[in-house]
Amino acid sequence: MTTLPLWASIPASILLVLSGILTLTGSAGLLRFKRFYSRMHAPTLGNTLGVGFVLLASILVSSAIEGHIVIHQLLITFLLVIVSPVTAILLMQAGLRRDARRPVPDE
Amino acid sequence: MNTVLYWAGIFALGCFALALGCATLRLLRGPTPQDRVLALDTMYINGLLILLVLGIRFGSSIYFDIALLIGLFGFVGSAALAKFLLKGEVIEP
Repeated sequence: MTTLPLWASIPASILLVLSGILTLTGSAGLLRFKRFYSRMHAPTLGNTLGVGFVLLASILVSSAIEGHIVIHQLLITFLLVIVSPVTAILLMQAGLRRDARRPVPDE
Repeated sequence: MNTVLYWAGIFALGCFALALGCATLRLLRGPTPQDRVLALDTMYINGLLILLVLGIRFGSSIYFDIALLIGLFGFVGSAALAKFLLKGEVIEP
């Protein structure tokens, strides 16, 4: 494998570490929060910024290896940007409807 | 592969595995069904991230296709489950 130049590997490493910390924060929030409505917003941190940072790092690394700009990873970002609010809205509506039907006990 | 990038990849993989564990715990003990669906949504995002980091580490582009497929099918599954919780059936007549 060809060696990676330094201008690509250091920003990619910083992006990977940031993405790991952000995603771990989001999932720990999913585990720790008390109610469903506060649990709802925690993993969106990993859905948006975590995936975006990893894809930026991937674009940097593969562009530096191939020698020209490779942006086919942006497809995953576009898919998740379109898709994750739809899921969030549907889940939120389901939670509201079910809680209206049967009041949830406070934990 | 550079040493810095190698260890950053290891760190990111460990963080994503811990995040996957957190989501699995919430999936197992979530009090309401919508909590479980939310945990499943988080789990497929974390699996997708693990695949992307593996694709960076091994320098192969097959992983991105697998990640794209996981994103598509995970969205379909989460949307169908949320729609089922909302209306009681997935496709309304």
